[in-house]
Amino acid sequence: MKPILIKGAHIVDPSQKLNAVGSILIEEGKIAWLGTGNQKPPTDGYEVLDGKNLIAAPGFIDLHCHLRDPGQEGKETIATGTKAAANGGFTTICCMPNTEPAIDNRAIIDYVKNKAASEGAVRVLPIGCITRGRKGEALADMGEMAAAGAAAFSDDGNPVMNSRLMRQALDYSLAFGLPVIEHCEDKVLAENGQMNEGIISTRLGLQGIPAAAEESMVARDIALAELTGAHLHIAHVSTAGSVELVRAGKKRGVQVTCEVTPHHLTLTEEKVMGYDTNAKVNPPLRTQKDIEALIAGLKDGTIDAIATDHAPHTALAKSCEFAFAPFGISILETAFGMLMGLVNSGKIDLELLISKMTREPAAILGARWGKLGTLEVDSPADIVLIDPDKEWTVDAATFASKGHNTPLNGAKLKGKVVTTIYQGKIVFRE
Amino acid sequence: MTTWHEDGSTLVLPPKAAVTASAWRHHHILDLDDFTADEIELVLHIADSMKEVLARPVKKVPALRGRTVMTLFYENSTRTRLSFELAAKSLSADVSNLTASASSITKGESLIDTLLTLESLGADVVIMRHPQSGAPNLAAQHIKGSVINAGDGWHAHPSQALLDMYTMKAHKGAVKGLKVTIIGDTKHSRVSRSNIWGLTIMGAEVTVCSPPTLLPVGLREPGDNFPRVRIEPDINKAIAGADVVMVLRLQLERMQTGLLPSMREYIQIYQVNEERLKLAKPDALVMHPGPMNEGLEISSGVAHGSQSVVNEQVTNGVAVRMALLYLLAGGKKA
Amino acid sequence: MPVKVIMTAEDIRRTLARIAHEIIEHNKSLSGLILVGMLTRGVPLAKRLAANIKTFEGTDIPVGILDISLYRDDLDSREFKPLLNSTLIPGDISQKTIILVDDVLYTGRSTRAALDALIDFGRPHAIQLAVLVDRGHRELPIRADYIGKNIPSAHSEEIKVELTETDTIDQVAIYPAQEEGQ
Repeated sequence: MKPILIKGAHIVDPSQKLNAVGSILIEEGKIAWLGTGNQKPPTDGYEVLDGKNLIAAPGFIDLHCHLRDPGQEGKETIATGTKAAANGGFTTICCMPNTEPAIDNRAIIDYVKNKAASEGAVRVLPIGCITRGRKGEALADMGEMAAAGAAAFSDDGNPVMNSRLMRQALDYSLAFGLPVIEHCEDKVLAENGQMNEGIISTRLGLQGIPAAAEESMVARDIALAELTGAHLHIAHVSTAGSVELVRAGKKRGVQVTCEVTPHHLTLTEEKVMGYDTNAKVNPPLRTQKDIEALIAGLKDGTIDAIATDHAPHTALAKSCEFAFAPFGISILETAFGMLMGLVNSGKIDLELLISKMTREPAAILGARWGKLGTLEVDSPADIVLIDPDKEWTVDAATFASKGHNTPLNGAKLKGKVVTTIYQGKIVFRE
Repeated sequence: MTTWHEDGSTLVLPPKAAVTASAWRHHHILDLDDFTADEIELVLHIADSMKEVLARPVKKVPALRGRTVMTLFYENSTRTRLSFELAAKSLSADVSNLTASASSITKGESLIDTLLTLESLGADVVIMRHPQSGAPNLAAQHIKGSVINAGDGWHAHPSQALLDMYTMKAHKGAVKGLKVTIIGDTKHSRVSRSNIWGLTIMGAEVTVCSPPTLLPVGLREPGDNFPRVRIEPDINKAIAGADVVMVLRLQLERMQTGLLPSMREYIQIYQVNEERLKLAKPDALVMHPGPMNEGLEISSGVAHGSQSVVNEQVTNGVAVRMALLYLLAGGKKA
Repeated sequence: MPVKVIMTAEDIRRTLARIAHEIIEHNKSLSGLILVGMLTRGVPLAKRLAANIKTFEGTDIPVGILDISLYRDDLDSREFKPLLNSTLIPGDISQKTIILVDDVLYTGRSTRAALDALIDFGRPHAIQLAVLVDRGHRELPIRADYIGKNIPSAHSEEIKVELTETDTIDQVAIYPAQEEGQ
């Protein structure tokens, strides 16, 4: 394949503290050379990709998405999910094991990896279950899955309600050095909950999910991480109280990391008004006060990463009474545009945003997958080109994802990924 | 404005309401949260005319002749359904009833499918009751005809609140300025939600008295998302000086799910009885959306006492529902 | 502004006196009479007729009010629903003679609705119709028993009865047709 030169782009790579105009040469799937200013690459004979007025950044890493494969291919497949990821600028995605059957053993890890290798547009790192069948009763074969290439462990969708079992999972994970990702939700406290508990749930007459349902589990899990010394990663933190708990835990030296989703950073519970099932998500959309706390958490390092929790569903499943609709938003393709809203309004800067989508999630995954989330020479050529000024309208009908369930259909966003390069290959170009 | 000078031999023309039909904007009636005071006033005004129709020897007018009204009830209800049915028949609409078992609807598409079937069968108005909050909103998105919410989950029961306000107005002259105390399980009550909206829009002062486990979350700081009400956990203070005491039905399952310790305790602390009612204004009205658990949330003496207008609420319900049907289906056909 | 004033206040006064006399002449007994004014302007007209009859004969004739909104056959085609007013009919109308009073008789459809409505209240001995203006263009086989003035008119013209009780002045006038789309 002919080498590609991305010429004259504004390069933002937090892993190298790089924020300057420059050029990147891609050769044989890797970053062969990177130069700032008007530096010319050492070799000739490349195809030029004009980077003028564009931002070049490392391909995004998503620690949390649902590809629904195996078992729920009507909602998504590895082919469609990875294509959606590519369209959204993601070159590495970690898929959650709440498939049918659940990814709780080596064979299913292999299935996902093989399928991703044959039909995937980007890198897929499967996450294995903490407990067998995500039932919260007995540990899954974590060691075997680690050996087969699991990136982390999680029962996502379910918390591990049994505290003793969670302690054992954290203890056991120390043998493999992989994070345990917890979906923090007290299922008893949140029972039958449909949306954030507050005045909007009162107005709509829907059973609420109190912030305490999340926070009590965050507190418990941080205590268990402290007890065991294992790496706890808290999925989709959504409340001000959770941010505060993680902040305090980190301060004490607990090995806890956490992520936040684009929707929890940009949308509030008011999106549910009118009973829009596409705004039904778990954890639920919270309040403006929570958004402010989440942004503060991103800025001070309490929140390490932005992860999408992409959760595609069929239109049929969402076309129903609010209480009967499943939770989840199809978000890979709008995530970056949504987050750019925070940059455009001056709430966070672009460098921080890119760091939370590249360098920092890469740090959580560790070194075993190679040098991800960076534009360093010799690392895989996973690159996104971003047009920060491009205004566009969300049209779910054009999604590559099978899930068109977005509460943003018709919304106008500013800032878009226009090209995605995965291992030197252009997998998305607008 | 017309001033009518009366002489002894002629009848008194009712005062012309300060509302016009052009105030009406609704194609569906899902809740009262999007109503203006003028619109509520219009409904009450037209309900007055309907009440006059119901007093005639022939209690039937041809206003909705040729219109098809269908009731779609996913929950048991005797009085609401009967009330709507009588209302539609008094306006000469054709009425059909469909009772769906809530247990057979596990998937939502069957609700939409059912609605599309009713539409194909020619429904101009679908009157719907459903155990899930928001189901009528969903229905309204899928059919061209009008949807009237006859009660959905904990969300809303607009026709009940309108008939409650009609009854208050009939006795007190106006809703504005009334002190209305709502007592009981407000958390799970669609009647209380719609009344809180309607009453505050009309300028009444609402006090809510509920056990803390049965009080909706967020009422103390509602912001712009819900009307501001006074919360008074002490029933005696809540009733003191009230013009209207509205008692809500207590579902027995609240005891089973641990929201209340016992029926005995509820009666002791929250029952509206003769002694407590004395704290209200002497001419205070006692209302209940029915069906009542006499001896539980309300004592038998109060339920059937001189201040109770419970049966009148039922009668007024037909007139108010006629007004709603007339406003929705009596106009230009879409 | 009206194109032409057809009846002045004085004309209306005289006409109502004449109609009152005609009613007295036409009905042998006044005891079974009820005047029923159709909302809106039929009501003051009915009251003035009652007052005239009282003056001429010393008899009190009860006046009722009829709102035909719920009986209209053109409900569908109206942008806004007519604002309902209560109908008030004094006592039982069975075996009584009803004199229905309206301001303008035009297509006859309002009268048809009024007849339907009245019959729902009972079985009157007879129903007679009194109107201040008959402008022709009947679409139903209906005629008035007492007519103030025949005013041949074009469909496009608007004939408006104004009365001090409901408007500012007593007069009947032709107004130019409303332009389409206004």
